[in-house]
Amino acid sequence: MEKNMYSIIIPTYNERLNIALVVYLVFKHLREFDFEIIIVDDSSPDGTQDIVKQLQLLYGEERILLRARKKKLGLGTAYCHGLKHASGDFVIIMDADLSHHPKYLPSFIRKQKETEASIVTGTRYVRGGGVHGWNLMRKLTSRGANVLAQTFLWPGVSDLTGSFRLYKKSVLEDVIGSVVSKGYVFQMEMIVRASRKGYHIEEVPITFVDRVYGTSKLGGSEIVEYLKGLIYLIFAT
Amino acid sequence: MKHILKILGLLVTVSAIWIGLLQASIVSSSYAWLLPVYLIVLLGCYGLFMVGVGLMFFPTCPQESHLLQKDIAEAKDFLKRKGIDVNSD
Repeated sequence: MEKNMYSIIIPTYNERLNIALVVYLVFKHLREFDFEIIIVDDSSPDGTQDIVKQLQLLYGEERILLRARKKKLGLGTAYCHGLKHASGDFVIIMDADLSHHPKYLPSFIRKQKETEASIVTGTRYVRGGGVHGWNLMRKLTSRGANVLAQTFLWPGVSDLTGSFRLYKKSVLEDVIGSVVSKGYVFQMEMIVRASRKGYHIEEVPITFVDRVYGTSKLGGSEIVEYLKGLIYLIFAT
Repeated sequence: MKHILKILGLLVTVSAIWIGLLQASIVSSSYAWLLPVYLIVLLGCYGLFMVGVGLMFFPTCPQESHLLQKDIAEAKDFLKRKGIDVNSD
C-alpha cells in the first residue's frame, strides 16, 4: 500500500510561543505518519521565524518548511502560498494558537482512510466535540449563526466556520480557486463550494479551547460580516 | 444548480399550493390568505426553538482546558531541554 504524505499548512502571525508548542504536539501525535509542516509567516514582529528556524534545526528542514511572506496578508492567500510548496497528497489546515489540538490529526486521517472522503472537517458542535472558553453571549451568536446557515444555506456540514480540515490536495486546489471571500467567511465559502461541487465531505468531532476569546471581541461588525457572507453564499453558490 | 434557484423552486412550489388552496376553496378564504404569514411565523418559531435547544445542549469540554495546560507544560519542558528559548507572554 502506498504511504500517504500529509502537508500541514499553518499560517502564523505573532505566534512565537504557540508555534513551537504546536510543532512539538504534531510530532508527538503523528509518529506513524509521513508529514511535513509548512509555516506561512507574515513577517511577524515577535520573532516567530527565529523560533521556526530553531525548530528546523531540531526536526529537520524536510519536515518543517518556512515559507514566509513580506507582510500581513489574508488567510486565504496564506493557504494558497502554502499549497504551492506542499508535496503531500493530502493537505491539512489548522490554526497556530492551539485552539486546534494536534491530537485530533490521527482521527482526521483515519476518517479519510475509512470513508475515502475528499474532505474531512472538524466540527465543534457535535457530541464528542465541544468548546471551552465561550460565555453565553458567544455561544448564542454561534448557535444563531449556525441555525441561520442550516435553514437557508443547507451547507451539508454542522460547523461552517471551522478551519481545522483535511483536504485531498487536488480538491483543495480546485476549490480554493473559486473562492473570493476573506476572513472567516472564506472558510464558509470553501466548504460550501466543495459541497456544491459534490465532493465527499466527512466530519470528525474536535474540541476547541479558546484562549484568545476575551481579547478578540465578537462585535456588531463581525455579525454584519457574517450575514453579508451568508447572503453572498446563498446567491453565489 | 445554484442554491438560490433551489430556494426559489421551493417558494414557487409552496406558492402554487397556496394558490391552489385559494382557488379550490378547501380552506376558508380568510384563513387561506393568511397562510403565508402563518408559515413565516412557524419558521421563526422553529428557528428560535432550534437556537434554544442548541444553546441548552451546547457541547462543552471543560476538561480539555486542563489537558491542554498539561500538554503545554510538557511541550515547554521539552523545548527548554532542547535549548529552544520561547519567552512566554
